[in-house]
Amino acid sequence: MSLLDDYAKITGEAVIGHLKQLAAPLKGMKIVHVNSTRVGGGVAEILTKLIPLQRELGIDSSWEIITGEADFYQCTKRFHNALQGSQVSLPDSLLKVYEDTNAKCAEELRSKLEEADFVFIHDPQPAAILKNCPNRKGKWVWRCHIDGSHPYRPVWKYLKNYVVDYDASIFSLAVFSQVLPHPQFLIPPSIDPLTEKNIHLSKKEVKKVYSRFNIDPHKPFILQVSRFDKFKDPVGVIRAYRFTKKFIPDIQLALAGGSASDDPEGEIMLNEVRNAAADDPNIHVLLLPPDAHRTINALQRASDIVLQKSIREGFGLTVTEAMWKGKAVIGGDTGGIRLQVINHHTGFLVSTPEGAALRIRYLLHHRDKLFEMGQKAKEFVRENFLITRLLRGHLTLLVGLLHGTEDRIELN
Amino acid sequence: MTANGENVKKKQVPFAIKDCALAAIAVGHRAQNLRELRDHLIRVHSSCIYYHFWGGLLRPGFDDPEYNNDFASWAYHGLHDTRLAEQLGVIDPTEFNDLEALRQELVDVVEERLDESEMVPWARADQQFHFIRSNIVVFDTHNRIETPPELTAAVRDMSVGSIFYHFIDARRRTKDSVDDFEAWLTGFGNEYEKLADRIANIDPYFITLAELRQQLVTLLRHYFDSKAKGAKK
Repeated sequence: MSLLDDYAKITGEAVIGHLKQLAAPLKGMKIVHVNSTRVGGGVAEILTKLIPLQRELGIDSSWEIITGEADFYQCTKRFHNALQGSQVSLPDSLLKVYEDTNAKCAEELRSKLEEADFVFIHDPQPAAILKNCPNRKGKWVWRCHIDGSHPYRPVWKYLKNYVVDYDASIFSLAVFSQVLPHPQFLIPPSIDPLTEKNIHLSKKEVKKVYSRFNIDPHKPFILQVSRFDKFKDPVGVIRAYRFTKKFIPDIQLALAGGSASDDPEGEIMLNEVRNAAADDPNIHVLLLPPDAHRTINALQRASDIVLQKSIREGFGLTVTEAMWKGKAVIGGDTGGIRLQVINHHTGFLVSTPEGAALRIRYLLHHRDKLFEMGQKAKEFVRENFLITRLLRGHLTLLVGLLHGTEDRIELN
Repeated sequence: MTANGENVKKKQVPFAIKDCALAAIAVGHRAQNLRELRDHLIRVHSSCIYYHFWGGLLRPGFDDPEYNNDFASWAYHGLHDTRLAEQLGVIDPTEFNDLEALRQELVDVVEERLDESEMVPWARADQQFHFIRSNIVVFDTHNRIETPPELTAAVRDMSVGSIFYHFIDARRRTKDSVDDFEAWLTGFGNEYEKLADRIANIDPYFITLAELRQQLVTLLRHYFDSKAKGAKK
C-alpha cells in the first residue's frame, strides 16, 4: 500500500485524487529543499514527510542540509530572534561567518541546486546560497517559517538583500509578509497524522506516561510542549499555573521540550525555567530527546488542556498537534495561533498569564465544554492543517510559477 | 433507460468535471484605516476583489462566517463599525457583471461611510487589512457526465475544489453569471428547467463547500427520485 493510500483513509479519496491531478504537470521535475537541521523543530518534521509524498506523486524531490560552526548558529539564531522583533547585535565578524558558511555550502551543493527545476530554501540559515549560484536554471523559493510581522529592521534589511533575488517566497500568514519584488504565497504549515507524534495510541500506552513522569492521572493535568525558548514563554506558563493553583490546588503542569540542534539559547532558557519551577513537585520540566515523538504524543493525549502561551509564534505546530488529539488549546494571541485557536470554539486566545489562568479554571470547571471544544478542534485540523493540505499549497505554487503566476491557469 | 427509470436523449455535450486549487498571494498592501482601504480598493488588482469575496471558501475558516466577504468582516472586527459591516456584507457579488463593477460598488459604500464619519475609522496596529490576490489553477479530471441523472453520484464524489469551480467560480465565467450545473441543464431545453431553477436558488453564502456539496446532492436525489416515482405512476 502506498503512502498516499494511507492518507486517503484519513482525508478521503477525493483529496488524494486532487493531489495526483495537480501534480501531473510536475512529473519528473527536480525539486531540492534546503534547511539547516534534519531533526528538531517544525521545519525538519514537515520535510521528513513532504519529500516522500512529492516523490510518490512522481516529482524528483530531495532534501539537503547545510551545517556550520558554532558561530554560524549564533548568527542565525540572532537572525531568527531579530525577525521575531528582538533588537539583536550582529557584529561583522558573525555576518562574515554566515556569508562564508553559505558560500562553502553552495560550493558543495552547487551542481545539484543549479540543475534543479525548483529550489526551496527554508528560513534565513541558507538564504545566502542563492547569490552563490549564479548559473541556476530553475525557480528559487524562499520559505519563511518565522513570525516576521515586526522584524528588527537593520537585520531584515541585511537579509532582504538576499531574499529579493528569489522568484517567490512563502509565508505562513499575510501579516508575516513583507514588501518584496516577487509573489509572496501564503501557505500555513501542517502536521502529519501518520507520524509517531500524531498517530493514534492505545489507552494503555497513554497511561504509561503518568507513571513514567510521576503524574497523578486523577488530578488535573495541563501541558505545554515546545522548545525552551523565551518566545514560547514557559516562565509565563508557570505563572499561569501558580495563579490557577490558588483555586485548584492539585493541578499539575508539565513543560515538555527538547532543543533543536540549531538553537544555542535553549540551555539558558531551560535553567530559567527550572529556577522558576523551584521545588514544586507538581511542576514537571521534561527535557526530552529530539526523537521522543511517541512520548510527546502520549503526554498530549494524557493532558486535560494544552497550552501554547507564546508571545511570538510562526505558526505553532504544537497547537495543531494538540488539536488533532481532540484537545482544547489555550494559546497566546499571536501569529499562526490565531489561525488555529478560535475563541470559544477550539480553545481560547490569551495575552497574559492571568488570562491563561482564568481560561484554565473555566475549562476545568466545564468539562462538557472542554470536550466539545476538543472535538471541534480535531475536525478543524482534519479540514485545514494536515500535510495533504500543505502539499496541495506547494503543488499549486509550483504550477503557478511554471505559468508565470497568471491569475487563472487552465491545465489540459 | 437510466436507473431512475427515465428515457434520456443525449442532447447536450457531456459535462466536463474540472477541479481547481486556489493559491493566496499577499500583494503587500495593508490598510490601517478606512481611507487607506478605499485608496487600495481603487488600485488593487481585480483578483484581490475576487479573493476577498470568494477565497474564504477555500481557506481555513470556521463555522458560518458572520459576514460573507473579508471587507465586511474587517469593518466589524477591525474597525468595530457595525453599520459599515452590514452595508458591505449585503453586497452580492453575483449581481455585478464583472469585478470592476463590484469594485466600484465597494468603493461607493466605503466613500459614503467616509463622508458621513466625523473621524476616519481606524483599526488597532495588529488588526490591519492585508490585501491578498488569488491565483487559480484549473485542471480537467477527465471525468464526464453524459446525462443529468448521473449528476447525483458525480456531485457526491466531487472534491470541494470541483464544487468551487462549478458552482462559485462559474458565475464569473458563464454568460448570465450562473453556475455550471444550471448552464448545462439549460442546454437540454425545458426538460430540466425546474431542476436548474432549484439549483440556482441555493444560497452559497454562509456554508462551507462540503455543506454546499451535500445540499446539491440532496436536491438532486430528491428531484430524480420524485421524477422516477412520477414516471412509474
